[in-house]
Amino acid sequence: MSTIIVLIPAIPFLSFLILALFGDKLTRKTVGIIGTGSIGIASILTFIIAIGFFRSLPEVKSYSVSIWEWINAGNLKVDISFSLDALSLVFCFVVTFVGFLIHVYSIGFMEKDEGFTRFFAYMNLFIGSMLVLVLADNILLMYLGWEGVGLCSYLLIGFWYKEPKNGYAARKAFIITRVGDTAMIIGIFILFINFGTVNIQDLMQQASAKWVAGSSIAVLTAALLLGGALGKSAQLPLQTWLPDAMAGPSPVSALIHAATMVTAGVYLIARTHILFSLAPVVQAAIAIIGALTLLLAGFSALAQHDLKRILAYSTISQIGYMFLALGVGAWSAAIFHFMIHAFFKALLFLGAGVVILVLDEEHDIFRMGGLRKKMPVVFYTFLIGSASLSALPLITAGFYSKDQILWYAYSSLTGSIILWLAGIVGALLTALYSFRMIFITFYGEAKTEPSFLPGKLMTFPLIILALLSVFGGFVELPASIGNIHLFSNLVDNTLPTVVTKGGEGSEFLFQTLSAIIALTGIYIAYLIYLKKPTLSEPYSHSRINKFFENGWGFDKFYDSVFVKPVVWLSAIDKNDFFDLWNIGLSRLALFFNKRLSSTQNGKMRWYLLSLVVGIAIILTYMLSR
Amino acid sequence: MILIYLILILLAGAFLAWITGKQNIVWPRIISLIALSLDLVILILYAFQSMPSDKDWLIDIKLDWIPAFGISMHLALDGLSLVMLLLTFFLGIISVIISWKEIDSRVGFFHFNLLLILAGITGVFLSLDLFLFYFFWELMLVPMYFLIGIWGHENRTAASNKFFLYTQASGLLMFISIIALYFAHGHSTGVYTFDYLQLLGTVLPSATAFLIMLGFLAAFLVKLPVVPLHNWLPDAHTEAPTAGSLILAALLLKTGAYGLLRFIVPLFPSEALTFAPVGMLLGVVGILYGAKLAFAQTDLKRLVAYTSVSHMGFVILGVFSFNELAYQGVVIQMIAHGISTGALFILVGQLYERIHTRDINKMGGLWERVPVMGAIGLIFSMASLGLPGLGNFIAELLILIGAFKANILLSCLASLGLIAATIYSLRIVQKVFLGNKNTDWKINDLTIQEKAVSAAMVIAIVWLGLFPRPVLNTAKPAILKTLNKQNEITYRACTPQPPQGGANTLAFKISRTEIESNILIFGKSISGILLELPQEEKIITPLGGKGGGNSGLWISSNFRI
Repeated sequence: MSTIIVLIPAIPFLSFLILALFGDKLTRKTVGIIGTGSIGIASILTFIIAIGFFRSLPEVKSYSVSIWEWINAGNLKVDISFSLDALSLVFCFVVTFVGFLIHVYSIGFMEKDEGFTRFFAYMNLFIGSMLVLVLADNILLMYLGWEGVGLCSYLLIGFWYKEPKNGYAARKAFIITRVGDTAMIIGIFILFINFGTVNIQDLMQQASAKWVAGSSIAVLTAALLLGGALGKSAQLPLQTWLPDAMAGPSPVSALIHAATMVTAGVYLIARTHILFSLAPVVQAAIAIIGALTLLLAGFSALAQHDLKRILAYSTISQIGYMFLALGVGAWSAAIFHFMIHAFFKALLFLGAGVVILVLDEEHDIFRMGGLRKKMPVVFYTFLIGSASLSALPLITAGFYSKDQILWYAYSSLTGSIILWLAGIVGALLTALYSFRMIFITFYGEAKTEPSFLPGKLMTFPLIILALLSVFGGFVELPASIGNIHLFSNLVDNTLPTVVTKGGEGSEFLFQTLSAIIALTGIYIAYLIYLKKPTLSEPYSHSRINKFFENGWGFDKFYDSVFVKPVVWLSAIDKNDFFDLWNIGLSRLALFFNKRLSSTQNGKMRWYLLSLVVGIAIILTYMLSR
Repeated sequence: MILIYLILILLAGAFLAWITGKQNIVWPRIISLIALSLDLVILILYAFQSMPSDKDWLIDIKLDWIPAFGISMHLALDGLSLVMLLLTFFLGIISVIISWKEIDSRVGFFHFNLLLILAGITGVFLSLDLFLFYFFWELMLVPMYFLIGIWGHENRTAASNKFFLYTQASGLLMFISIIALYFAHGHSTGVYTFDYLQLLGTVLPSATAFLIMLGFLAAFLVKLPVVPLHNWLPDAHTEAPTAGSLILAALLLKTGAYGLLRFIVPLFPSEALTFAPVGMLLGVVGILYGAKLAFAQTDLKRLVAYTSVSHMGFVILGVFSFNELAYQGVVIQMIAHGISTGALFILVGQLYERIHTRDINKMGGLWERVPVMGAIGLIFSMASLGLPGLGNFIAELLILIGAFKANILLSCLASLGLIAATIYSLRIVQKVFLGNKNTDWKINDLTIQEKAVSAAMVIAIVWLGLFPRPVLNTAKPAILKTLNKQNEITYRACTPQPPQGGANTLAFKISRTEIESNILIFGKSISGILLELPQEEKIITPLGGKGGGNSGLWISSNFRI
């Protein structure tokens, strides 16, 4: 068992090394097999682990394995060691399995790209780092994975490096997430200095034993860790990097910026949930940030023209839902939505990737249209993905996962009607922008002709993900419909169950409401984007819509408050003003040098004159005493 | 004797290289390579034979040099000097290899200077006699002046002058301090000696001690360098030939850090503590200001040079944090920075050899042509920004945690350096390897020889990032030894009695179990000793109930051991 846990991240790392060192000597086919096969093996191993894990439940709830001692200095002892419990198992499953599908797709997608090997090397490195992140049993090793995925995200956003704007997007992502990471590492310092360990389990135990709930140190530490989560998961106010991150190839957006890395913040908060329950203020802030982010991003998604940017804002918005769930203590609901979101959002990004590829890098949905008939597989899977995203009632997985969050946003002990309201408005927006995307891209007349049709390597993953986007939801059904709790039963082995207020209204009523909202949203989208596009025209051209399209002016604000001053500051002091005193000193020396050397001019009368003047001065001085 | 051989081999190699260089330009290179490899092998063999050891010094050798003045040839090796020497010889070999093609004029004299510098550095890391130490300190300086001044780039003369003036002036201040310490110790004990171990216990009025410390500090902080005394560094690094920049950044700066750890803290424990807040602040200023300047540069070599200022800020911050974590971090930082910045300088050298410019505005999009070079540049830029898994992360992590224990605010400010480092490091990668091709350079990727050098550096930095234990364990005893000196200045005095014999004396008893080591330091019996206190000192800080059960008194920074 423990060897397998080690192998899960080790195999992707190994294949990264092979590709990085010998990649240029391998054929494309071999590279594809190694790059994808390694992730396939990792996902099979995850299945094996999962079976073993289920068998040993409920006696054994986690497995740990230590590989080597990493740091041992003073009282800081850190091992490279992994620990697998229900939470990391879910993440491992998504990372390896969805990751595998995306790798398969990438073989087709990147077929003609000159950086084929580099792409798979980076992708493998990413999977390895992400697995370290979710399997780490101490917070420093987790930080290693955390920064590792950040690096891969940077490398893959800027994958097509010849375009300077891709490089800009990549650096933006790295730097903004690093701002959050720096807050996080300071939080880690506080934890270590107070408890003398970095093991997550020990930290949490000691925190709950030694820190009073609501004490300022608990609040501060939780807030600092939250900073890291906000950066990685692109939540307010650190969300601005994600839309630009779409500069990377579509499989990257699917894997890193939808399914896995951007949900690392959710993982972090769930993993350290004890700390956050000691800081109710921060937890409430998480809920509020989640609610605000999902609304903000929802409006922005509705205003985009670029297919991938719609999906990017949608991702920000959906992670907002996860944060909302975390904020109200509905841990398993957040993780459930993470998993389902990984399915349908990966599907949507991969579908969008196909569309953009066959239309020769056309990103603007208004120049697409009519693709329904030409690419039926892509259309139907994309439709399923959008339906799941809009939480189409009963048949899609997205309905069950989102409904759970909406319900707990109201009924949990810290929930409120306002949070629920934000969620339900967000749901309406989601349905609207999802089907706006569908109707404009796939219906109507074709504005650009596809240059070729996607092969099986690309459509096969779409079909699998579409199936998961529908049936993945049936592992967790609400009490009112079906009452199946396979997923929460699993996750509850690691995370506490949600505490509800009790005596609240009927869950069924709320479900009906959200079902109606989703259907309404789809209908409105049908009405204003397909049937009578003139209805949406005035809004589309309004200034408020432009404002939403530009992400509520955050970029502009950060640019003038942070970027410009830094650039200005470095521009005015490029030559280091401390050097001035060296220059001054040397000028002074030179000045005296000139003055003094000018006295040595070789003219006898000048020497005589100065001699006489000197004698006169000395005599006068002596006589006057 | 082994330690003397280490230096002699280098000196002999230096002269041989010079002599043979007159006939042939290959001999000096081979001789240098042999001399350095020999040193490396000898060091590894002998040092690891004597490890692990509970002795203060793994190897300790003392020969008379000028006994009349108490000057001896006292060399000793402990964990700290061992890791520094390993770094020295490793990078020494690298610097010979990278100069193979770059240096084609006066090859013999070049290697003479190179080996002389390395001999000086070796001596600095080994000397336990302050006079000898100063001798080696100066020995590093002059050949480096030639190295920059003869084989450097366009503005080499001004740069080498500036380097010389800065280091020479600060070195003289240190020399004055050494002499002062010599006489002060002689006055109070009657033994006139330059021996480090004997000078450790010098009793001095604290104002005098502080002044003497400032002299030492001047030399070490200029070398590190500290902002605002850093201006020699960017010029010297930029103008020096690649091997020169490598040795400057990777080794010469480290002698300053080594000096802080070896001399400032043990010789002036309480004064260093007084200086600590200022020191930490200077460190933070260096981190942030260095990063800001690095970001602004368009000359790639100058950019890398300014990152050194930023990274050495971490060293200063760590040294003045006075705890084990920070010190371990400082040691790792010295090595990690040596490797990562050294590698970046090598990269700049390789680029310059191919495109004859260091202006990043003329670069861009080079990845397409030279992907291996790009990958190396990427790895070391990542090291520079403190990516976990590479050596610099371990260093910065340990230093920041250590600093956090000492001063939360400054440590948090220093953490901002992580963001700043991200900004300038990514700028390097972008401007050089990615984006538009500003000029369409037709250049070749790394040769086998260059790949081998880079591979060695990559392995070293990854190894340090994932398996830092050997280094941490080797340096640990030396670090604890340094810190114990620091701790000894804080006494816990039990049973305070009313002052006897005037207001400036304090009588107290020290319990035997608590501070066994102090007995030796006083050299007197323990019970009821009277301690003369310097007049101007404030003495005691009451501190109730900490440790030992008795509410006692802490006497701190009031007298010298």
